[in-house]
Amino acid sequence: MPPLHRLDATAIARAVGAREASAEEVARAHLDRIAALDPSLRAYLRVTPERALESARRVDAAVAAGRALPLAGVPVAVKDILHVEGVPTTCASRILDGYRPPFTAAAVERLEAAGAVVLGKTNLDEFAMGSSTENSAFHPTRNPWDPQRVPGGSSGGSAAAVAASLACVALGTDTGGSIRQPAALCGVVGLKPTYGRVSRYGVVAFASSLDQVGPLARTVEDVALAASVICGRDERDATSADAPAAGLRDAHRGDVRGVRVGVPWSFLGELGAGVASSFREALGALEGAGARTVEVALPHLPHAIATYYIVATAEASSNLARYDGVRHGLRAPAARDLREMYGQTRDLGFGPEVKRRIMLGTFVLSSGYYDAYYLRAQKVRTLIRTDFERAFEHCDVIAMPTTPTPAFRLGEKTADPLEMYLADVFTVPANLAGLPGLSVPSGLVDGLPVGLQLLGRPFDEATLLRAGHAYQEVTDHHRRSPADFA
Amino acid sequence: MAQVTVDVVEHVARLARLSLTPEEKERFARELQEILSYAETIQALDTESVEPMSHAAATGALRDDDPRPGLDRERVLAEAPDAEAGLFRVPRVIA
Repeated sequence: MPPLHRLDATAIARAVGAREASAEEVARAHLDRIAALDPSLRAYLRVTPERALESARRVDAAVAAGRALPLAGVPVAVKDILHVEGVPTTCASRILDGYRPPFTAAAVERLEAAGAVVLGKTNLDEFAMGSSTENSAFHPTRNPWDPQRVPGGSSGGSAAAVAASLACVALGTDTGGSIRQPAALCGVVGLKPTYGRVSRYGVVAFASSLDQVGPLARTVEDVALAASVICGRDERDATSADAPAAGLRDAHRGDVRGVRVGVPWSFLGELGAGVASSFREALGALEGAGARTVEVALPHLPHAIATYYIVATAEASSNLARYDGVRHGLRAPAARDLREMYGQTRDLGFGPEVKRRIMLGTFVLSSGYYDAYYLRAQKVRTLIRTDFERAFEHCDVIAMPTTPTPAFRLGEKTADPLEMYLADVFTVPANLAGLPGLSVPSGLVDGLPVGLQLLGRPFDEATLLRAGHAYQEVTDHHRRSPADFA
Repeated sequence: MAQVTVDVVEHVARLARLSLTPEEKERFARELQEILSYAETIQALDTESVEPMSHAAATGALRDDDPRPGLDRERVLAEAPDAEAGLFRVPRVIA
């Protein structure tokens, strides 16, 4: 058997289920790697070794008692925006200082009930607002492929942890690309399910009409396995959809003969040479596996970034109103009255990007500007969704690069918020339209990973997983790992 | 196009309950202006007969309005910066 940290989730669950390995030894192997490597990588905000080992021993006991668990002993990392009861949730913000949630997120509950072992909470951009994990109030995370570069964001800690084998599977959230973009930049697989597929219960809200929870892993097969566990109706989230999810477990199997892959060439414009050649190679590999490519038009997508940063910030300004120093977390100590306490707490507790988005969102919702910005953006959102509906009359999946470039350098884009926003150009459309999106590693550009992104019809994750798996069967990009650095 | 002056920033900051420093006000005026200039392209689109999309969810799901147990009050209050007698305590409302 290869070292335990190199095993895929599917292999770990099989070995632990067959009692060839114990969940406890798998957890220990990963905890040892975290202790050795994470001081330089900094993917985690908090590791919970005692809780992990206890949970692993419970899995071993359940397996010994004859229970079949689909994720038996699979070590998972959880983005620190999903609650785990009793373990602090920070959202990488100072404003939640000391907060210990009294309940667990639905997605985490489902993973643990399926035998997964939570190792700890991973770093992110504060409140998931960012594309590089540099907006964490605590520390940046490094890209395992090059410590001078960002891992992407906002689920940068989750992506880096999986890429460096400091977890086998991780949970992220994706509001405008926050699973797919870091997955691409760290060379792992990331799935943003259809809006409503995964319960948002226990997930700290950023932009409620866009937020979605999803898995990151090293193979499409593992992502399918994790998705089959976390997807499904949960009455505690009114937007969670009643769509069958059990079939996702085997959804990656089967071939892609006859699958029509739409490519929006005119939207993609001038791609950088490295990303362009990786993308063309990926299309060629899908064609080699029996798919055919067709050109599709998505005429309103050039407006997606503008639309997104109006809609998302408006929703964020409303969602983040709850951080006021009254119910949890930080309170400014010296305020003379309630109003001063609100203002000082929020000024002290929020970082610059969160304040910027609260300001922009409050502005576009304010009297006199609402119609020109927020209402208009909601209408353009309809135009974008309609573009996709029309395109899917001619194809089964839509392919794009996940990002316009490989990982950028730490500090490269922090001075210019707009430039950072433009890094999301290929990922935000799926969130606006509510579609599922999958990013799979599609090779290296100048030694850094890039991703192939596949978008599908609502609730058709199955075709994405099938196409992604077919691609991984004929390529070996996902089998490359970065060298350990410590 | 909207002009984001420091006055506008001060008004928005009041609405958002943010106490900003003078430097933050200057910076946000500049940055918000830049972002809104970029977003100006959507003004040119014809949206006359387009319905606004407020949500990506397929249906608005309603459930029966039955009372059910919530979180334990003491456990929730234990997270508060200041709580007493089953209530959140705050600084005085009128200065």
